[in-house]
Amino acid sequence: MSEKVKAPREPLFSKKNKRLITEPLDDNNPVTIQVLGICSALAITVSVKQALVMTASVFFVLALGNVIISMMRNLIPSRIRIIVQLVVVASLVIIVNEILKAFLPDMAEQLSVFVGLIITNCIIMGRFEAFAMANKPWPSFLDAIGNTLGYGIVLVLVSIIREIFGAGKIFDIPLFGDRIEKTGLYKIGYLDNNFIILAPFALFAVGIIIWVQRARNKALIEDH
Amino acid sequence: MVDYINILLKGVFIENMIFAYFLGMCSYLAVSKTVKTAAGLGAAVIFVLGVTVPVNWLLENYVLKEGALSWLGAEYAEVDLSFLSFIMFIAVIASIVQLVEMLVEKFAPALYGALGIFLPLIAVNCSILGGALFMQERQYSTIGEATTFGIGSGIGWFLAIVAIAAIREKIKYSKVPAPMRGLGITFVITGLMGIAFMSFSGINLGGGEDEDTDVKTDQVTNVIDADTDQND
Repeated sequence: MSEKVKAPREPLFSKKNKRLITEPLDDNNPVTIQVLGICSALAITVSVKQALVMTASVFFVLALGNVIISMMRNLIPSRIRIIVQLVVVASLVIIVNEILKAFLPDMAEQLSVFVGLIITNCIIMGRFEAFAMANKPWPSFLDAIGNTLGYGIVLVLVSIIREIFGAGKIFDIPLFGDRIEKTGLYKIGYLDNNFIILAPFALFAVGIIIWVQRARNKALIEDH
Repeated sequence: MVDYINILLKGVFIENMIFAYFLGMCSYLAVSKTVKTAAGLGAAVIFVLGVTVPVNWLLENYVLKEGALSWLGAEYAEVDLSFLSFIMFIAVIASIVQLVEMLVEKFAPALYGALGIFLPLIAVNCSILGGALFMQERQYSTIGEATTFGIGSGIGWFLAIVAIAAIREKIKYSKVPAPMRGLGITFVITGLMGIAFMSFSGINLGGGEDEDTDVKTDQVTNVIDADTDQND
């Protein structure tokens, strides 16, 4: 006896919707598991501030883009969907770039080409393809929140390591005393490790994060 | 001539897309399991960079840059369309990739079969858009320089992905700690290779007038250095 039951209206934060936010934080992290958006995760993690601005920019583009694509999903012919998606992303990134230039000119200078490279950030195209093209706007929005948080966590972790040990500061507040007057840790003979500020250490830091994550959750271990 | 060789070597070694700027990391990590596919993708990237960078250079210099439209007449001399550059560059890249795909399919079906899935992927490879944006930022003065830069960065990318693929093929026989297997160890190896490539920095093949442009070119490196400099 199969009666067609009208599906009850889903509450805004049902279990399924909550999973959209929590899953990308660890088990399905966009950076360390899906291997998306690595370029910016590595390049702009010199300071925590940069990482936060970048995460905010990505959130703006991903959330709005996901909602827009999801609303248009039945109108986009599948043959030209990549171009439609690229146009949506590029327009949103232009907005972000102009806002950054107007209100945070120093930050825009430091992020240089990487603001533009949000366009080709694979997280965004990946989420459009994998989620927004098949789901309603509200879940797409939650999906954007989850994925940006997962991305942001990795960025902030890497930048905290790099800023503390590379520059001896966090949010531009010196942690280990005065370097020139030699107080605090510097008095004992501590030196900031400038290697940590250089590019290769970002790779090591992400490698270490992956190591810790997979050691905790054995299901994520790969074959080779 | 020395300038061109300088730009080429810079693109390949010193300002390597992968090791210095981390551009195109996603495909670099995803398609580096075997040398053969890695070399195919690398060759396609050289080609697409070599075509899109000069095309975008023309666009930048005759349409987008401040005053670039002056060839239309004096009243257009003040127009600055550079805010449109992202959308124009990505449109050029997407259409050229589509065009290249069609041409290769028509005239070299064997190559098309070998590259097949990678060609459309290239449109969203950040190294291509990165090449165009660096070209815009560094303001190369001739189209020849822009082409050399494009091909040089392409060769650098090719070198990096073939090298990591070769290492990953061999690493199957090593005892890597289980949680590090796959992605983790690839990151660490890339970091080590990045340190090796840093030893090329500071090489300048002459042409003393180059120093001025150096300051402009190393924007990203400067950001990284700036932090260090303040502290010293």
